[in-house]
Amino acid sequence: MTLEAFADTIIPGEKRWPGDRAVAGAAPGGGAVAAGAIELLEWDATGISGGLGDFARALNEHALAYAAQHGIALEEDVPPFVALDHAGRTALVALLTAPGHPEKDLWVSLALFSNMAYDSAAHLSTADALAAGHPGLTAMGVTRPGADGLWRFPAYSYGRPLADLHPDTTPSGSPA
Amino acid sequence: MSSPERTDVLVVGSGFGGSITAYHLAAGGAKVVILERGPWLKSDDFEHDFKLGSSYTRAFDFVVGDGMSVLGGNCVGGGSVVYFAAMPRAPRFVFERRGSINRRMWPAAVSRDTLDPWYDRVAESIPITHQGWEDATYAGGLWAAACRHAGRTANPVPAAVDREKCVNCNWMMAGCRFDAKQSLLLNYLPAALAHGAEIRPLHEVQRIERTDDGGYRVHYSVVDDEDYRITAGDGAIDAKIVILAAGAGATPVILQRSEAGLGPMPHAVGRYFSGNGERLNTAVLNEDRVREVLGLDRGDGLAYAANQIGKGPTVANWDRLDGSLPEYTRYSLEQLYFPPGLGTILAQAPGANPGWFGVGKKEMLKRWQSWLIIFQMIEDDNEGVFGPPPARGNADRLSQQMLGIGRLSYKPTANTLRAWEMADADVKDILERDGLATVTPWTNDLVGAYTVHPLASCRIGDDPHTSALDDRHELRGHPGIFVTDGSAVPGALTVNPAMTIAALAERAVPGIVQAARERGVEVTYGAPAPDGSTAGRRGVTTLIPELTRR
Ligand SMILES: Cc1cc2nc3c(=O)[nH]c(=O)nc-3n(C[C@H](O)[C@H](O)[C@H](O)COP(=O)(O)OP(=O)(O)OC[C@H]3O[C@@H](n4cnc5c(N)ncnc54)[C@H](O)[C@@H]3O)c2cc1C
Repeated sequence: MTLEAFADTIIPGEKRWPGDRAVAGAAPGGGAVAAGAIELLEWDATGISGGLGDFARALNEHALAYAAQHGIALEEDVPPFVALDHAGRTALVALLTAPGHPEKDLWVSLALFSNMAYDSAAHLSTADALAAGHPGLTAMGVTRPGADGLWRFPAYSYGRPLADLHPDTTPSGSPA
Repeated sequence: MSSPERTDVLVVGSGFGGSITAYHLAAGGAKVVILERGPWLKSDDFEHDFKLGSSYTRAFDFVVGDGMSVLGGNCVGGGSVVYFAAMPRAPRFVFERRGSINRRMWPAAVSRDTLDPWYDRVAESIPITHQGWEDATYAGGLWAAACRHAGRTANPVPAAVDREKCVNCNWMMAGCRFDAKQSLLLNYLPAALAHGAEIRPLHEVQRIERTDDGGYRVHYSVVDDEDYRITAGDGAIDAKIVILAAGAGATPVILQRSEAGLGPMPHAVGRYFSGNGERLNTAVLNEDRVREVLGLDRGDGLAYAANQIGKGPTVANWDRLDGSLPEYTRYSLEQLYFPPGLGTILAQAPGANPGWFGVGKKEMLKRWQSWLIIFQMIEDDNEGVFGPPPARGNADRLSQQMLGIGRLSYKPTANTLRAWEMADADVKDILERDGLATVTPWTNDLVGAYTVHPLASCRIGDDPHTSALDDRHELRGHPGIFVTDGSAVPGALTVNPAMTIAALAERAVPGIVQAARERGVEVTYGAPAPDGSTAGRRGVTTLIPELTRR
């Protein structure tokens, strides 16, 4: 739940059901969680799957400290990071990933994979992800490949001169 | 201990610096072995897939450093397999640069004039298309039109792409499935194999030591085919000549680790690293304004919305490549494509805080098809320095493939920061005119600056204190060890570097041949281009004596 809330802070999405706590509902459409962030994070190919429990614990400790510092009362039925509202989560993640934070690398890598779940579906074959309506790739407007799983774009150019060439261009097409 | 295998020439890395030298030495009669840490992928292995474990991550290396992250190839063919194949020559003024040392960085022997015949040799060996406007993609055309609208020029960029075979899929970074990109897998490497060179994939070189007979012993580990974090045994090969071409992010690390077995390294090993002054900007285009202001129309109802379509960079603005301008104010601005994942995470939503994640970023991603990425190559200050080497390779590998943590530290100087600022402002001026787009630079806060063009970490020069190699690419104090990859290039080039790296590798060959002969290897210089053409060879004849003097 804590890591879902983290991924949802990176690319926010709509609540999956009324009363969804992990996903804050800060943006319409599926976000990183619906895109499969947890599946990707839990895959050992990433190299961070072994540390997820520690990440969640550490994140919750940071959330407690953040809440105390800002005088925020946290509900106790969910982990502290989840209990923060979207603005609080965002502010905390910004702190943790800012230059100079001692744990920056760790939080940046977690953010990196959360992001990748959404904008490249790195846990799924891209063609399958598109066929299944993956929320990130679909929202971005990534087109579907051809029947053989490969992309080809027969139309690709405006096909006409659109600027003057630099006067010092050499015959090989390089700068002089 | 059983005596290790022997070869005449051992080449580390199979990118531009490795393939070119391996070909010429093998063709000249030497026994050549190439050790390459990555897998050997063929055309059919190149997938259109972002899933971890596909060719996109198998062939790629992404090393996060302190202030600079480096992207490179990790496969037979090296960067040529994953690169965008823009192959311009470096402008004349680049060779006169003074940079951070305040005197000429390049050896006196190298200028655009003396390098042009070597560029010609490369152009004969790797077919390079002098592209026209009909080759420029929608993204390139858009950049050209915006440049013209702002009173600038723009040029289609020469590229090692076969326009007949190219389908404009923009999957170049996963390897070209259609053999349109003229990677080294299609020219120098098969020619080297035909002359008896051997390529050993998944062999990662760790260190080099001296042998009693004046040669070198090269130690390697065998890397698991799928999980690069795992090694399966070690080995060593003895060689009379060692050519290091592991790329500018890896070559100095091997040398640092070898200090115990080789003796002290020149001061410049692992210093003066340049990221080729790279920086990226993302523009989000207003499709209506593209149509109204620039008069562009794809003919299918869309003005642009073609971020996904193309073949990497096709058009560049070279107005600032003017030798009369002061150093650190000259740069090129090149249209580019970067796929999702690597090309999206660092982009910042205009006007949003935070910019790189959150609600604003999600909104920006919705407009992804209307993105245009502009790539700046400024003159940086060679400020990169490598710390003590990691246990193996050039990084502590985090993920099974691709992602690792390296030891490069890069703190941009005021010169570099000012140049980036100038280039940022220029891109904004061109693309934000008349409401065409909103432009933001990629953030440097996450993984530092970001380069696909690592250079200069073991460079040639005339001054022993600021260059690790002499002007023939031999490692100072370690005769018989040569470095021919991007680390030999003295500094930022203001254009894409592969053409210059390749030309320098071609130019280094006569000196290496001579050193090999002095070590008893029966080898001669003078192979034609990989396809048998000989014009390039004729063109360099008069330059050979100078390169083989001692
Ligand atoms: C995405 C991308 C796009 C690019 N686009 C362009 C472009 O359009 N134009 C351009 O000019 N340049 C481009 N480049 C840069 C270009 O690819 C490099 O400048 C070029 O490949 C560098 O050549 P090199 O010989 O220095 O090393 P590389 O080509 O990087 O080759 C080094 C090889 O050594 C191997 N290696 C590393 N360590 C070891 C070890 N310890 N043991 C054995 N092998 C090892 C690596 O796996 C690699 O195969 C691009 C790069 C990237 C990543």
